[in-house]
Amino acid sequence: MPLLTQSQADDEEYVLVASLDNARNLSNILKAITFKDHAIFSATPTGLRVTVEDSKCLQANAFIQAEIFQEYTIKEDLVGFQVNLTVLLDCLNIFGGSTVPGVSTALRMCYRGYGYPLTLFLEEGGVVTVCKINTQEPEEPIDFEFCSSNVTNKVILLSESLKEAFSELDMTSEVLQITMSPSQPYFRLSTFGNSGNAHYDYPKDSDMMELFKCTKTQTNRYKMSLLKPSTKALALSCKVSVRTDSRGFLSLQYLVRNDDGQICFVEYYCCPDEEVEEE
Amino acid sequence: MKFRGKIVDIACLNHFSRVITTISKLTKMCVLRLTSDNLFFVLSEKVANGGVSMWCELSQANFFDEYQMEGVSTEDNEICLEVTPENLSRALKTVQNAKAVKLKLTKKHCPCLTIAAELPTLSSISRVVTHDVPVDVIPRRLWHEFKEPNMPDFDVSIYLPPLKTMKNVVDRMKNLSNFLVLEANLNGEMNLKIETDLVSVTTHFKDLGNPPWGEDASQDGGPSQSRDPQAMAQARVDIRKLQQFLMGQQVNPSKAMCNIVHERVVHLILLHEDMSLQYFIPAVA
Repeated sequence: MPLLTQSQADDEEYVLVASLDNARNLSNILKAITFKDHAIFSATPTGLRVTVEDSKCLQANAFIQAEIFQEYTIKEDLVGFQVNLTVLLDCLNIFGGSTVPGVSTALRMCYRGYGYPLTLFLEEGGVVTVCKINTQEPEEPIDFEFCSSNVTNKVILLSESLKEAFSELDMTSEVLQITMSPSQPYFRLSTFGNSGNAHYDYPKDSDMMELFKCTKTQTNRYKMSLLKPSTKALALSCKVSVRTDSRGFLSLQYLVRNDDGQICFVEYYCCPDEEVEEE
Repeated sequence: MKFRGKIVDIACLNHFSRVITTISKLTKMCVLRLTSDNLFFVLSEKVANGGVSMWCELSQANFFDEYQMEGVSTEDNEICLEVTPENLSRALKTVQNAKAVKLKLTKKHCPCLTIAAELPTLSSISRVVTHDVPVDVIPRRLWHEFKEPNMPDFDVSIYLPPLKTMKNVVDRMKNLSNFLVLEANLNGEMNLKIETDLVSVTTHFKDLGNPPWGEDASQDGGPSQSRDPQAMAQARVDIRKLQQFLMGQQVNPSKAMCNIVHERVVHLILLHEDMSLQYFIPAVA
């Protein structure tokens, strides 16, 4: 494949080269965090982190470890850039994102460094597409200062139990209220919409509850508009961990298996809606 | 002016219906020319179409069991009608299961193409379905606008890649840009390119093959100047027009080709068993 070997000849010039036999292993997980146009890419020797933020109150991260890639070469400790995520997804799916088994798009993603575009070489069925996407100076991802030592409540649920609730969430409610407690109702999702209040309760001994560690009763409200995009990540995932810290900040961590069964993570951080006081 | 046709073969009816559906996806209105041997669906290059033109040719014998056409006069033995292909398509779809379908030029409250069929029912009595599709008769003085287009003096002629692949790529490119550059050479290579402030995307097709007539770029029979096989002829087109062409194709043609007149026009030719379709997309600056 002349074009791909040409890209290999330029390899000394790239600070980051990442290849996948199946581009869906990247595009699917990026879809789970595409609610804004721009994404911050932070590549380190451990792997790729893609961050999308909304109004400084919400942050979504997708982590794809170096091992997921068939080839992953990085020449610096941290390579960062910002790209238009919608454009990137259109490029990754340039051949139509076919779901015919056995047919996949191969990807080689290359970056030369500051000021250069992100170059994608995509190949399917002998046809090669080369994309050059302009990059911008990456913004610094917000540090929500969410640390395990400050976690007050944590549950791990099988995603299938939450999928139904999230698909039925009353979108006329401005907030999603999450109650976590060592006693009843244990784990409750509540909405307050035009049709009335709705509650989804998950008892601690439910089959769906893989882990239940709640130390104190906490009720927090989060803007529905901020959390709604997380439904995409939920749809892809098999398990989700829900944690709140003493400030009421929310961390949702999704375990996603890609087409080849490998594990990737998607994480959402969200600030509580100011109006409600914690108990 | 008289026109009467009957289709009895279900495969012919399906094909005919499919052709009309393809045309309906390409244009809202077009001209139907009926001659003794052929049917032509014509769209002529007008500002209203964005300069796109189309020529679709069907041999009536491939579809009709019975075909009678008496044109406007003996010298001008043809009928020219302005039709809305979607109306025809919808009518034909309702009579898919008929034993026989009759098409007739009639005069109801206005000129119509009447489609009539007997449909089977559970009882022994058949149900008769009639559709009167309004048409406009085109006067002879305007017929010159709907002549068969000449094969342009192209720079490169090349076989198209699989239409489905082209469509997938063009669909995505449309999200990124309003214009696309189509280029090809006599070495069987074709590229689709878009370029905007945000992104540039190039899709490379190889080993497509070039139709035999493409080797002689000079058409006037003069000394053929061999064209550098690597040299690309290109045209920048409105991506929606290319997308519209690709969207309409429901069946894989037996041959699909593209002629490019550098920076002037893209001429797409699809050859099916029973019909041929030509589509011209003008280049934009």
